[in-house]
Amino acid sequence: MIRVTRSAVIDAPIARVWEVLRNFNSHSAWHPAVGESKIENGEPADQVGCVRNFFLKDGNHLREQLLALSDRDHVSTYCILDATLPMQRYVATVQLKPVTDGERTFWHWQSTFEVPRGREKEFEELVGKGVYESGFEGLRAFLRRGGNVSRPAATADALQAQAIVVKAFGGPEVLSFEPITASAPGHNEVRIRQTAIGVNYIDVYIRKGLYRMIEPPAAIGMEAAGVVQDVGTGVAHLLPGDRVAYACSLPGAYATVRTMPADQVVVLPDEVSDEMAAAVMLKGMTAEYLLHRTHRLRPGQNVLVHAAAGGVGLLLCQWAKGLGAKVIGTVSSEDKARRARANGCDFPIVTGNYSFAREVKNLTNGRGAEVIYDGLGREAAAENLEALAFTGHWVCYGQASGPHHAQPDLSSKSGTLSRPVLFHYTAERAVLQEIAGHVFKALREQTIRVELHHRYPLAAAAEAHRDLEARRTSGSIVLLP
Amino acid sequence: MIKVYTSSVIEAPADAVWAQLRDFNGLPKWTPFVAESRIEGELAADKIGCVRNFRLKDGGVIREQLLTLSDYDYQCSYSILESPMSVANYVATLKLTPVTDGNHTFAEWSAEFDCAPEREKELAQKIGQGVFQAAFNSLKSLLRN
Repeated sequence: MIRVTRSAVIDAPIARVWEVLRNFNSHSAWHPAVGESKIENGEPADQVGCVRNFFLKDGNHLREQLLALSDRDHVSTYCILDATLPMQRYVATVQLKPVTDGERTFWHWQSTFEVPRGREKEFEELVGKGVYESGFEGLRAFLRRGGNVSRPAATADALQAQAIVVKAFGGPEVLSFEPITASAPGHNEVRIRQTAIGVNYIDVYIRKGLYRMIEPPAAIGMEAAGVVQDVGTGVAHLLPGDRVAYACSLPGAYATVRTMPADQVVVLPDEVSDEMAAAVMLKGMTAEYLLHRTHRLRPGQNVLVHAAAGGVGLLLCQWAKGLGAKVIGTVSSEDKARRARANGCDFPIVTGNYSFAREVKNLTNGRGAEVIYDGLGREAAAENLEALAFTGHWVCYGQASGPHHAQPDLSSKSGTLSRPVLFHYTAERAVLQEIAGHVFKALREQTIRVELHHRYPLAAAAEAHRDLEARRTSGSIVLLP
Repeated sequence: MIKVYTSSVIEAPADAVWAQLRDFNGLPKWTPFVAESRIEGELAADKIGCVRNFRLKDGGVIREQLLTLSDYDYQCSYSILESPMSVANYVATLKLTPVTDGNHTFAEWSAEFDCAPEREKELAQKIGQGVFQAAFNSLKSLLRN
């Protein structure tokens, strides 16, 4: 067995060094020998058991698993699962200790492993020098150039940026493109240089003042993608330069640069473009939790999706079909029926007056729908109750026609009513990560697809709203800063 | 129970630093505040259980007992049997780790003890800075020469 030990003193406080090293996927940012790296299955980089899958710049490929992580002791232990190098039983431990005499950090890096007989010296050298010693130098350089928490002085300041601001509640004309400042990120915050911003109908409601989520003048917008400019203290899951996206409960995404809570932000996998992410985060995560969390849709269940050709509706149809459900939808025109059908809706019902219960009963041999995804609200309440199967689940995630007057008489069906809100599901970062990861996977496997036909410059947000309200658009809309 | 932790980097190889520290009767040689020291009962200074009886330059007398000593780990620990500091259950550990980058030594000195709550802050400061850090500083200048 070979034991390799290297140690060094890093000229930075332990919190700063640990913030980088506790992130199991940060090595591609600071280690000179490491090329591309990702955490498998979209798991967080501080999840014990997660696997980092990476290439060394010399072409070797490794998979390493995080075995232990202690923020209290500043210890991270990991092992090699597979490698193109002939190393067996490799287990390594990184431990940091504070040097109280001057704000510095002692870094101890040790491993044991086995290699083919006669190659011990070669591998002691490779690991000790090529990995550990060059890692010390790499991290020093990374911290010097302001990587992660040690922000360089230049960006510790507020940045000049632009945003679309609602001057007063009203029509698209109240949207004004104005200079703003994006403050330096504080504790648990991140500052993002945004590259694509999603437009949703909720933005229109907020602009009109129907949803009182802002007080003018204020920026609107719920989702965007971009690149991390810098992060505040306490942020361990993001590094400057990371491609990221979010859908969050605080309006303000229509901006070139945004400073916001870091726990709402996720790292994007390579195959999801910025534009795609900006278009899919809010609607995709909504479809995810509705189909997998609020109700766990099972193969063979009859599902009724209202507004089946709408943004969330199309995703619900695609994903429900992928899960093996029988998908019934309601739409307002033949044209939309064709779109719904092309997206997995088995039986689109065209109706202009919220009348669909009889048709649903016919399509289900009188049973009704085991689950109803309802964004319609008040006007369709009686029909929904009629269309619901015994012991069915009525999931009311929106109310386009107004709020319900009264609690429907669920006892007539032994029904269950849910009133879910996305941001309650994503309040915990671990769950958010899981939901977002699931959406990215569904995109990769083409279980869901997003049609993105409309791109506007950020400054032309008012035009985008006009087109959206006049129903001149189909599919997703993004604004480009 | 209060804990004190002091650490430093000494610019000398761990073997050289340990040669000074492993002598349980060597405080007068490398600390600035110990006037004289002897091991009670004529035991060897590296015999586990031996007691060092030393007098501070300010006149106070302290008796400490060696609890562990490991040349392999560059580590020793000891407890206070008697002292003018009014502390109870005092156990301290001194540990060295080589810093391979530059062939220096990372030195850690920690202690745990009980005392009257109103004296915790003062004693932590006195032990952490007045004793441990002061001794490290003195050791550094000794090993530089």
